Amino acid sequence: MMNTYLKIRDLWKSFGSFVALRDISLDVIDGEFLCFLGPSGCGKTTLLRAVAGLDIQTSGSIFQDGKDVSNLPASERDFGIVFQSYALFPNLTVIENIAFGLENAGKDKKATAERVTELLTLVDLLDQGDKYPAQLSGGQQQRIALARAIATSPGLLLLDEPLSALDAKVRVHLRHEMKELQRKLSVTTVMVTHDQEEALSMADRIVVMNHGIIEQVGTPTEIYTTPASLFVADFIGETNKLPASVTVKGKVKIGNKTLLCDTNGFSAKDEVILVLRPEDVIPHGEGARSPGAPDIVKTPENTFEVTIEEMEFLGSFWRTRLRDQGLGNLEMIADFSINAVRRLALMTGGKITIEIPPGSLKAFAADQGAEQ
Amino acid sequence: MSVAEVIPGPKIREKVSRDSMVQRGFMLVIALYLVITLAFPLYAMLSKAFSTYQFNLDQFSIQVSDESGNFNTPAMTMSEFNAQVSAFDSGDLAAKSVSRLAPTKLFPEFSFKSPVLYRISGNDETAVFLVGSERHVGTEVVEVDSNTFRRVVIRPIKGTGISNFTRYFSTPALFRSIGNSVFIAVLSTIITVSLAFWFAYALSRSCMRFKGFFRLVAMAPILVPSLLPGIALIYLFGNQGILKAFLMGNSIYGPIGIVVGSVFFTFPHAMLIIGTALSISDGRLYEAATALRASKWRTFWTVTVPSARYGLISAAFVVFNLVITDFGLPKVIGGKFNVLAVDIYKQVIGQQNFEMGAVVSVVLLLPAVLAFAIDRYNQKKQVAGISARSVVFEPKPNPKADTGWFIYCSFVAVFILGIIGICQYAALIKFWPYNLSLSLNNYAFDKMDGGGWAAYSNSIKLGLLTAFFGTIVVFLGAYVVEKTKDFHKSRALFQMLAMMPMAIPGMVLGLAYIFFFNNPANPLNFIYGTMAILVVSAVTHFYTVSHLTALTALKQMDPEFESVAASLKQPFFKLFGRVTVPVCMPAILNISIYLFVNAMTTVSAVVFLYSTDTALASVAVLNMDDAGDIAPAAAMGMMIFYTNAGARLLHMLGSRLILKRSNAWRAS
Repeated sequence: MMNTYLKIRDLWKSFGSFVALRDISLDVIDGEFLCFLGPSGCGKTTLLRAVAGLDIQTSGSIFQDGKDVSNLPASERDFGIVFQSYALFPNLTVIENIAFGLENAGKDKKATAERVTELLTLVDLLDQGDKYPAQLSGGQQQRIALARAIATSPGLLLLDEPLSALDAKVRVHLRHEMKELQRKLSVTTVMVTHDQEEALSMADRIVVMNHGIIEQVGTPTEIYTTPASLFVADFIGETNKLPASVTVKGKVKIGNKTLLCDTNGFSAKDEVILVLRPEDVIPHGEGARSPGAPDIVKTPENTFEVTIEEMEFLGSFWRTRLRDQGLGNLEMIADFSINAVRRLALMTGGKITIEIPPGSLKAFAADQGAEQ
Repeated sequence: MSVAEVIPGPKIREKVSRDSMVQRGFMLVIALYLVITLAFPLYAMLSKAFSTYQFNLDQFSIQVSDESGNFNTPAMTMSEFNAQVSAFDSGDLAAKSVSRLAPTKLFPEFSFKSPVLYRISGNDETAVFLVGSERHVGTEVVEVDSNTFRRVVIRPIKGTGISNFTRYFSTPALFRSIGNSVFIAVLSTIITVSLAFWFAYALSRSCMRFKGFFRLVAMAPILVPSLLPGIALIYLFGNQGILKAFLMGNSIYGPIGIVVGSVFFTFPHAMLIIGTALSISDGRLYEAATALRASKWRTFWTVTVPSARYGLISAAFVVFNLVITDFGLPKVIGGKFNVLAVDIYKQVIGQQNFEMGAVVSVVLLLPAVLAFAIDRYNQKKQVAGISARSVVFEPKPNPKADTGWFIYCSFVAVFILGIIGICQYAALIKFWPYNLSLSLNNYAFDKMDGGGWAAYSNSIKLGLLTAFFGTIVVFLGAYVVEKTKDFHKSRALFQMLAMMPMAIPGMVLGLAYIFFFNNPANPLNFIYGTMAILVVSAVTHFYTVSHLTALTALKQMDPEFESVAASLKQPFFKLFGRVTVPVCMPAILNISIYLFVNAMTTVSAVVFLYSTDTALASVAVLNMDDAGDIAPAAAMGMMIFYTNAGARLLHMLGSRLILKRSNAWRAS
């Protein structure tokens, strides 16, 4: 049973003549981990602050747990929040920071102390309670901020870029920990981030935003494999954007090559942009077209030879830059495994036969691309 | 987005939380404070400057009896009488608010022993005349004998106009002061800024010895009233001065004395500002200059000066403002050289001409406001020339240059210490220059004019009260400006009000307070003549610098603290008490010591406002000097110096203790 915990309807927010959020409607499911993802200035933080009541929306409504909270100030809403800066009180110890929200909440001293101990255990910082924030590492500070935010057991946890102040290694480690913690507490969580990797690895669902609107809402795999717009396709992961025109249904023309492709919704002579993930390009050896070869070509129409212009070793794979006169001299990025590069003896300046599976090409209207 | 979009749907109005309500209340109270102590008085002063007073002889009629008391001739207006005898010309009819005119002058044969009777009456409802202290308004006819008639005076009528200004600008003795004031301010600015620049340069760019000592000495002038250097200069170069010969016949009473004294008391201000500008220079630029083989001279002009440019400009305007608005120094040593600030005093205290005092105040406001505005504009233009990656400049030892800097700084230190030292010496001398034996006679303040030891304790009281209430008002004010959300317009207005006192000379503020608070119709009239009005004027006069200090400290706090507290359902005052105040404690202490020291030394802000019960030490210095008791004046000035030095010391120890205790959490 999926209950909606947070319901946002027709939300607008403007700062003077600048419209930061336009007509946002969104449901957040009880207990899920939701990410607002987008480039800076897309409105994701504005939306989070509206949900928190820190900067109230210009119009539109927000329902939390069935209750209309649209016009309530932050102090009358039910949420805990972790900021990018953590905003830990510098002159209070870790224990005092965590206990800040527990005091005068009807709890006696003993119960407060017990709750603080419980929270410190939860974030694995039991031995650091008497230290001041400045004496802790960034990652530890982040966990204290998290403990303080969940101390009062709020129904909603808001995370505003909680990991971006940390260095890469700690960040990856904490991603996992935070996700674990969230699952354990099953508290409905909304996180704002500009880091797609973070969003993909942590979120149950992702809300991709751009220019104050929602581009797509979906699970990480949905967002990655079936982007709803050119923006989403471009923003998440690496993509090749190939300008093409539809010849007939199911066929597109790039340069002087005609490829098979799902032209869903487009008709002949439409100008489109084809989106192709670098890892979807299949490399083939010399004899792949002959029957019985180990790497058999499935769609000969989409198989052709290109020149390798440049190769870049990125650790777990090779990123190559491919070009061909036949493709209208377009440049295309393809990622090949170390294994394939070794097997096919690929090298800069060499030739390679590649196959583009029709299912991996997604067509979007070309004028959508002009806006980007 | 060129066209503003129309947002559909009803606008959401945020429900006002209790915190927000309390904060709005605070904001209102403190804004009200600034309006009442700043905006209203200034308005009262401006309207006074445009108030004109004129005797209207048409307003009154007089009927004269014969010697047996029979009124045979008809009544005539006073102007008809005046037409016959020409007793008053138009200059006589121009008046100030306190002016009175006696009609007896219209009767050349008048004798108070004569049996002739007089009937006086007003011709309209606004006519006012006095018989002795008895006030008569309107058209009622009053019959008096000759003896009483000589006690009859008429009052001028009030009007609005620029005639005060025309009179000001047609009186050379008055408007000449404008040139004088600007002249000494410009000259002092050039000298002070040059001296302070090289001094600060030596402190930040050389490896000379005793930097800490020089820094301490450079700050000493802040601790004394501005008139103290005047007294010292009198001892050194005055009519009986020991170094009089150095002036080669020139008199120290006048521009020379004012400029030298101004350099003394403005030096620390300039040094602080320029020192700050120099200390934040990026060491990497110097390394680059060295790598490019730029000469020292070239590096100085292309790296040092540009990075300190805004500091230099700012220091220049601050010094200009301090000098042009200063009253104490030119009062003591100005001699016949008139300047604007002293003119206000002379008009108000000497001639009771409040309107003209207000006019001179307006004239003095202009350059002060202009200098202030340019300085603010200059500071806004200043972009952060220093990035997080900047490297602190580390000077390298250079024995020859360091010795040179040491000698230069020693000269400045001798100048400053000499001025203070000569005052202390003079205060301990029995009778300068005839009996140089030491005594404490000059400290018997109770035997002199000026309020005696009571004035000294009043000053300490004023200092403490100003520091206590001022810090609370200023810090709360800065807090509401910085930390409340919404109300952008009222916050901007508040910020503007908070910046204003810096541009208002103390004399002008004091005079404005007379007009505003001494008005019997003002419900706050009761604070006039009390310690309260002195505290209020001191807090308001020194508001801006304190406000900026508080604002800087608050800006360094994480802006999300309030959001976190709100999310945890904790009231803002808990956050304020447990986090904001402790974290800002160094700044709070700085504000209170700043207010204390300035309340102890100020003359200009309080000279119009003290009463016999609230005489102050700084004013006592002025009054004793005025009465010729220069040695006791010097002694009192030194009492202020030692008190302030002691307060500074306490402040330093207190700050150190707090920093030590908070060492654990203050990130290094």
